[in-house]
Amino acid sequence: MDLYVHPLFEVVRNEKKCVACRACERQCSNCVHAYNPDTGEMEADDSKCVNCHRCVSLCPTKALKIILTDHCFRPNANWPGENINEVYKQANSGGVLLSSMGTPKPHPVYFDRILLNASQVTNPPIDPLREPMETRVFLGKKSQKLERNAEGQLVDNLTPQIPLTMPLLFSAMSFGSISYNAHASLARAAAALGICYNTGEGGLHADFYPYGPHTIVQVASGRFGVHGDYLMAGAAVEIKMGQGAKPGIGGHLPGHKIAGDVARTRMIPPGSDAISPAPHHDIYSIEDLRQLVYSLKAATGNQKPIIVKIAAVHNVAAIASGVARSGADIIAIDGFRGGTGAAPTRIRDHVGIPIELALASVDARLREEGIRDDVSVIAGGSIRSSADWIKAIALGADACYIATGALLALGCHLCRQCHTGLCNWGIATQRPDLVKRLNPEIGAERLVNLVHAWQHELKEVMGGMGINSVEALRGNRLMLRGVAMTQEELDILGIKHAGV
Amino acid sequence: MKKIYVREEWCLGCHLCEYYCANANLGGGNMAKALKGRPVHPRIRVEDDGKISFAVACRHCDEPLCRKGCIAGAISVADGVVCIDREKCVGCYTCILSCPYGAVLPAEDGHAVQKCELCIQTAGGSPACAEHCPNRAIVFEEGGASA
Repeated sequence: MDLYVHPLFEVVRNEKKCVACRACERQCSNCVHAYNPDTGEMEADDSKCVNCHRCVSLCPTKALKIILTDHCFRPNANWPGENINEVYKQANSGGVLLSSMGTPKPHPVYFDRILLNASQVTNPPIDPLREPMETRVFLGKKSQKLERNAEGQLVDNLTPQIPLTMPLLFSAMSFGSISYNAHASLARAAAALGICYNTGEGGLHADFYPYGPHTIVQVASGRFGVHGDYLMAGAAVEIKMGQGAKPGIGGHLPGHKIAGDVARTRMIPPGSDAISPAPHHDIYSIEDLRQLVYSLKAATGNQKPIIVKIAAVHNVAAIASGVARSGADIIAIDGFRGGTGAAPTRIRDHVGIPIELALASVDARLREEGIRDDVSVIAGGSIRSSADWIKAIALGADACYIATGALLALGCHLCRQCHTGLCNWGIATQRPDLVKRLNPEIGAERLVNLVHAWQHELKEVMGGMGINSVEALRGNRLMLRGVAMTQEELDILGIKHAGV
Repeated sequence: MKKIYVREEWCLGCHLCEYYCANANLGGGNMAKALKGRPVHPRIRVEDDGKISFAVACRHCDEPLCRKGCIAGAISVADGVVCIDREKCVGCYTCILSCPYGAVLPAEDGHAVQKCELCIQTAGGSPACAEHCPNRAIVFEEGGASA
């Protein structure tokens, strides 16, 4: 099918180590490996390999490795091999190129050019193992003033909040784009950690209602799986206006993934394509958005905070200002390096702006306009480590969304073939024999481990800064310094250059 | 007493347990060295019809039928673990016929039988199959299969 395209990877098998147990053959959904009964040896079809490392990870003698082919075109700085192959693929298919997960392009990562501060001598560091270190946060609109009733007692004027043991949430991934067991792992881990996971636009499977207090239910342009009980089930309702990996683009879950529970949960007929339009067809202005925000508040009896999720695009600060005025309690901003289950390659790789710049400019704009406390801000879109998380908080995020990192904890090896539905790790698939490869008991444990580790690191870094509450880190840009940045980049980020 | 329990729900049919078992019973060293180019004789077997798979190993019954049937007195129960004395075993295979689970198997040499002894002699009492199962489809625990 991919005429002219040479396989990207080569399967290297150390014949001295291979005992022909055939685990690789049994575990590869792409049918790369085969046993040759005549020779008693294993063989591999490199052209089918997606480099997901399932075989490599399970091989009991570590006899396998996957390498990038050194097959090459005549060197050409203007036409790298990747470009040439993409032209071949499109000439073969006539179609839009599809990709999964976050962009692999070498776009600048501002997090890597930001350095953190630590205390010395005065305002000494705090040892988080000896002294209390507060990481709890509450997301939602904060009251601007104290109110008292006629008797002089305080009036509770606080709107609903999402309590989190630390400023971290698992971001939206729908049931359908990921498997039942992946959702089960996220739900169990979120409950164990005292944080939240997000249903994405796929509804909430009946089995996961007990995890409601740790669930954010999403309402997106397709309105899949949305009903009264669903809205009331979660800790908050998120309106998805955009996604960092594919701003301006809707979603399309192909009919072959809409079977059984996925169809039931989405409330659509099995086998039908689940198409989420690019726009919400009832939202063409901030006023329209406000109507949906207040409709959802009314539908939930004003008990649930409303999140509006937008992709980081050019005018993100102005958009966020509008969203803050629409009555939303929380704004989630998704940077362009964020992941996806499937997106057109050109959109994913070229549309949007980095989360660091978007977050800093939104935070600054909301402060300038005096409406920062009207909303909490969640930042997402490739938070890869606790260092990114800490830097995002210091840039002004009330909390961060992670998804790719969470999937990695579940076994994902970033082979970026989610759109094929053949995920060998049981995550981005609905094929029952593949789904069962992800035991949620193990998945939840690994997620809890990861997030606990990050929380420890957050406390360590805060302690080093002499800060004992994450609230005091939020928007604390004096804790950040830039390296190798232009003055304009520093100005947008609102930070000083290192050495100043 | 801790026993090996199998959770069919999570069995992937990868058959790795068989290889780790065979290797453990050959001393638990370098698997490539031990198993390269020779048939394996594991004491745990994955029953697999392409749709459903699960591993089968000795249940360590309270009243083992294999022991009852053994004409040579080669099968005994020590601390709840059903064990075979290779020296006494005459290879009559009565135990193989009487085990309702098919968990007793001929040994490699064919002159005696072998069965799972929970790695008490080999992997330091931590069964290699359970330790290496990639999806916790085989667990070594008290009581019964959880979840």
